[in-house]
Amino acid sequence: MESSVAMPPPSPSPAPAAQKPPTGAVEGSATWQLSDRIGLAFCWGLGLLFCAIAVAIVVYLLIQGLTYLKPSMLVTPAEAGFSQSQTGGFSDALIGTLIVGTMGIAIALPVGVGIAVWLVEYGRPAGLARITESTIEAIAGIPSIVLALFGTVIFSSTALGFLSRTTEGIVFGRSFFAAATMLSLVALPLVVASTREGLSAIPQHVREASYAVGKTKIATVRRILLPTARPQVATGAMLGLGRIIGDTAIIVVLLGATQNFAPVGSTFPLNYLRGAGTTLTNFVYEASPTGNLNQPQKAYAAAFVLLLMVLALNAAVDVVHRRARKAGTWSH
Amino acid sequence: MESLIAGPPPIRRLPLEDGAVATEVPPSPGGFTSAKRSISAPQFSIRRMEINRLSVSYATREAVKSVSMPVRQGEVLSLIGPSGCGKTTLLRSLNRLTELTRTATLSGRILLDDVDIRLIEPTLLRRRVTMVFQQPNPFPMSVFDNIAYVLREQGSRRQRKKSLEPKVHSALERAGLFEEVKDNLDHPALRLSGGQQQRLCIARALAAEPEVLLLDEPCSALDPQSTQVIEDLIVKLRDDVAVVIVTHNLQQAYRIADHVGFMYLGELVEYSGATALFNSPREQRTREYVSGAFG
Repeated sequence: MESSVAMPPPSPSPAPAAQKPPTGAVEGSATWQLSDRIGLAFCWGLGLLFCAIAVAIVVYLLIQGLTYLKPSMLVTPAEAGFSQSQTGGFSDALIGTLIVGTMGIAIALPVGVGIAVWLVEYGRPAGLARITESTIEAIAGIPSIVLALFGTVIFSSTALGFLSRTTEGIVFGRSFFAAATMLSLVALPLVVASTREGLSAIPQHVREASYAVGKTKIATVRRILLPTARPQVATGAMLGLGRIIGDTAIIVVLLGATQNFAPVGSTFPLNYLRGAGTTLTNFVYEASPTGNLNQPQKAYAAAFVLLLMVLALNAAVDVVHRRARKAGTWSH
Repeated sequence: MESLIAGPPPIRRLPLEDGAVATEVPPSPGGFTSAKRSISAPQFSIRRMEINRLSVSYATREAVKSVSMPVRQGEVLSLIGPSGCGKTTLLRSLNRLTELTRTATLSGRILLDDVDIRLIEPTLLRRRVTMVFQQPNPFPMSVFDNIAYVLREQGSRRQRKKSLEPKVHSALERAGLFEEVKDNLDHPALRLSGGQQQRLCIARALAAEPEVLLLDEPCSALDPQSTQVIEDLIVKLRDDVAVVIVTHNLQQAYRIADHVGFMYLGELVEYSGATALFNSPREQRTREYVSGAFG
């Protein structure tokens, strides 16, 4: 990115490029007023600072993770014990993260895409569309702990007792079903916003071109508009997935946060989904010096795995966009 | 540094020799010698559509005012006029695309083969009266799929590639594109050049086997060479489909149209044969427009 700037400002880092004359028609900052140059240097400094912070986090976790992470931890469930060598690994937490991620996005993606299509392509009645928009913005602003609290009310109701453990008529209300449903609300606004952005970017004449060969609105949405917006839909899904696997509050409140799976009943896989469990974020919290397990080495190992998952999501978004650019777009 | 600040080099103007005619002369009555009519007289003409006292309003603004004219197969009909004169609205009324604009209201009648188009299901009508737009807008899929999309049922992906191949090829051939893309049918359509994209759009419109082809300034985004290829194509198509073309470019209308309708402020000021309209316009406003007095 930085290399495209014609003339970088004076910076403490060794920058031989600073002496180069400006190339092309781009005006070099050497001709700018002093205040502008100070401003530019300030922005540059901030940018470098944030890069440094990000690099520091990744490098630190990389070192800690590689030091403490043993492959056996990924396949061994947590066990009770007094020293870190006795307490097993975090396979249940890892699988738990995968389960809530899959379930959460499986709910958020179709619902979010549906809402976005309705808002952009139909948007009638206008009043209802406006209300929906503000509702989604409101959900995006609600702290997840508040969503979690609301979730306990819903999933502890007798009517939804079949989704979690029920003992003597009392509904436990904590299960993968409960957690994933509320977590899908965390991802939903991101999916909606991103899909809307993708659909709105398609020129109107492309829709008309489809209508003009006798296609219905729904055929146009399915075959032209959604495939065109696929990169943005994927971005929304990846960002949403990142939020889901990074959430802790809803896991603590709605998943029971037991360090092992606690299946209910015997029908696989429903027994696991109806039962309590944990995820990596919760494991990191519990294993950190603040938590009940107090085994910081495993906290680092689990955090490292979590970071790898998030980085992989970011890389996937990148790949999707690069592929979309290759397919070309309309001239405006 | 110095050279960057210096302005562009001065424009050199070459004086024209005596008797020479600048190639970009504004069209004027009798002054169309620089634009060549590229078409011969029509072999036949069959009336396909009939526009009868059509008026279109957007909310309170009347965009088309009581326009009547025929659309014939075997001929190219060109609609000319300054921006905002209602020619595009008129064109979009012919396949009921105006209905997509919520505020639009229509009165009058449009007949397709003597049937009122309001009685024809819109998706069916739009397969019989297809349209090509100003901006080349192939769908973001392969060249082949762009055409196949038209041939398949609504939203369906069922029909196999093999069974669609002959129709896809013939549509591309009719649009004069097949030779250029036959080895790259599965390349993304948006990677084609602008002129090829527009011919793909024409192929797409032809794949539905329409009776009328509407073209809304199809060359305005293209270079002169692509424009000429498309103009030749339009002239070739007039025997198979009735062609209606909206254009800003008077020379283009002169080159390829058999009949020309001049619209101004929503009214059809004059409708007559192309040579007659350009060389001896009946109306004062037509004369002023084609001579470049306004527009």
